Amino acid sequence: MQAKLSVVALSVAAALALSACGQKEEPKPVAAAPGPVAKPEVVVKLGHVAPMTGPQAHLGKDNENGAVLAVEELNAKGMEIGGAKVKFELINEDDAADPKQGAIVAQKLVDAKVNGVIGHLNSGTTIPASKLYADAGIPQISGSATNPKYTQQGFATAFRVMANDVQQGKSLGEFAVKQGVKTVAIVDDRTAYGQGLADEFKKAAEASGLKIVASEYTTDKATDFKAILTKIKSKKADLVFFGGMDAQGGPMVKQMQELGIKAKFLGGDGVCTPKFMELGGAASEGHFCSLPGMPLEKLAKGPEFREKFTKKFGAEIQLYAPYVYDAVMVMADSMKRADSVDPVKFLPAIGKTKYDGVTAMIEFDQVGDLKGGAISIYQYKGGKLEYVETLGGNPVEAAKPDIKADIQADAKEAVADVKDAAKAVAGAATAVGKEAVGDVKHAAKAAAEAGKEAVKAGAEAVKGAADATKVAVEKK
Amino acid sequence: MDIFLQQIINGLVQGSIYALVALGYTMVYGIMGLINFAHGEVVMIGTLVTITVAGTLLNSGMPVALAGLAGLMAAVLVCMALGWALERIAYRPLRNAPRLTPLITAIGMSIVLQNLAMMIWGRNYLTFPSLLPKMDFEFAGANFTAIQIIIVLVSAAMMGGLLLLVYHTKLGMAMRATAQNPAVASLMGVNVNRVIAAAFVIGSALGAVAGVMVGGYYEIAHYQMGFMLGLKAFTAAVLGGIGNLAGAMLGGILLGIIEALGAGYIGDLTGGFLGSHYQDIFAFVVLIVVLMFKPSGLFGEKTGDRA
Repeated sequence: MQAKLSVVALSVAAALALSACGQKEEPKPVAAAPGPVAKPEVVVKLGHVAPMTGPQAHLGKDNENGAVLAVEELNAKGMEIGGAKVKFELINEDDAADPKQGAIVAQKLVDAKVNGVIGHLNSGTTIPASKLYADAGIPQISGSATNPKYTQQGFATAFRVMANDVQQGKSLGEFAVKQGVKTVAIVDDRTAYGQGLADEFKKAAEASGLKIVASEYTTDKATDFKAILTKIKSKKADLVFFGGMDAQGGPMVKQMQELGIKAKFLGGDGVCTPKFMELGGAASEGHFCSLPGMPLEKLAKGPEFREKFTKKFGAEIQLYAPYVYDAVMVMADSMKRADSVDPVKFLPAIGKTKYDGVTAMIEFDQVGDLKGGAISIYQYKGGKLEYVETLGGNPVEAAKPDIKADIQADAKEAVADVKDAAKAVAGAATAVGKEAVGDVKHAAKAAAEAGKEAVKAGAEAVKGAADATKVAVEKK
Repeated sequence: MDIFLQQIINGLVQGSIYALVALGYTMVYGIMGLINFAHGEVVMIGTLVTITVAGTLLNSGMPVALAGLAGLMAAVLVCMALGWALERIAYRPLRNAPRLTPLITAIGMSIVLQNLAMMIWGRNYLTFPSLLPKMDFEFAGANFTAIQIIIVLVSAAMMGGLLLLVYHTKLGMAMRATAQNPAVASLMGVNVNRVIAAAFVIGSALGAVAGVMVGGYYEIAHYQMGFMLGLKAFTAAVLGGIGNLAGAMLGGILLGIIEALGAGYIGDLTGGFLGSHYQDIFAFVVLIVVLMFKPSGLFGEKTGDRA
């Protein structure tokens, strides 16, 4: 009876919540200025899904704000695709962070024939929904689903614009070792995200010789963790790793302090939020968390984005808003390059994306994951997230694409130069005679060695290599 | 051993919270035979009202103790009004309807209140202001805080107060009479409508107190916090024998302790086969076993003086 009642209650709640949201979250109509374009305006429908109700509604709203900002900018700028002026329209849906609800709203978006989907927020909702989008051929870019499975299902339509949890778990494991930790307790919230991250962390931690002394579980709705924390205390862990969200992490560090647990707390992107510190209060001080990508302050377009965002919404960025913003921009950019808003035509263009976004230089690998995704570690200090270091990926390269391209071009030239030089050396050697052959071989080797270095170091090294070759020639 | 003691303390505090909420369920059920599923939401609104009132007063520079007291009073008053309104609007018109109708109405009210709270307080997690001084104690290796002691004492006091009310006052006598037979009670000059309204108002006041305790303990609040709490408290009430005040208290504490021990030991007992995410099955297995042998719960009586 109870279970039945709660099911009834839940489904009615969901229905109510949906209808409430449907009314409330309707995208504001943007006044379309009558332009001189002869062709009629094309409306591009973008679906955006995130939890707008339930415990993660604050993060969902943050995501939606990111998408709204991007769409409004695109419309204000005015884009022309296939000769017609396009207007982007955002269709916001609420999946309540519930996998079943996620599939329902995904079907709704498929039926509405959206051109593309941004989202969902949670891995747990993104993975089942991605099948529906894949079957319908609708491109999907998530700005926050980090579970590796999402892109490993072999769907051509699935992309994400942030590092996945394999990278994140590995970096967090590396960081734990660096902190001198020996024993670790792992807690996860049994969601696809939390469990996935905890599993990847566990693998990385075990690989680097850390001892896992306890594996405990909670839910994404719990507020009391004393029972599992008491057990962790008895196992004397140096570090408590939590795969889960801020609404649980905050009270968790508080209860750790109340129980007199001295261990450090380490979490992933789900707890790397201002809300975590608000909920954890003084108890959050000194603990660590990680975020995919680089801090906004360290990115060329980061501070500008933050300013735009807070000015428009009067709220701080919680977590994923910049990634969602980039996801929308990548989608629009692909349409522009393909010169079509038809998913069949612009889908291949997404794979070839090279978009200089707010969060990174966005390029996708063959499965749709972000190339060279970096992970940054932060520490909670004085109510602020303080940047500690960046692990993994190649953020500098990723952030400055032109330099990367230049280096590559230079390196190619360098190789060519060195090859030429080596040929010249070989020619000279033949002319000199048999005794010289050994020496020349040596010289050629040196040249080749120098050449390798030149490839790595770029244009600078080319000079060195050429010099080395010259010296070799002069010796002869 | 110190871990066992710590788990017992964890369970006792958690259980006292369940018990506080369960008292509200059992109070209404005892008199009307109605499970007021919206009670968890009354608790939630009690917490959120306290956050708003106490938070505002604290910001305007009022001393902590005074602001806390004002927050508590405001929460109690708002919840009492809410309880009265719930009964008047949602349940009284259905008093003679089949039993399922008011039950579904109760679930409906629960959803309405949740969404109302979402509209008023937003979707974000709110931080409960620190109203109590942070005091940590240590006893035989187990840690506990001042608020934990207060929670246990308050829920015991509330139960004692309710027992006094029900068995030693005129209103209590009227309540027991209404519980036995509303028609006969009204023939004896008991104003049944007023007695039932009083039960709702008192139950909701208890809910407000529970809300303040929950808020003060976890220092976190959310418009959906009442749902799970209500469900657990309802389970506690059934375990103890719904309609029986001492049973609600005992059921709550038992449920809390079973959960804590379950989470603490289930992994080791099953060699890691079942983890702490199965802590709830401990509680529900106990519930099922109790109901199999005593269908009316540990303290439940088949007939007679409920409430």
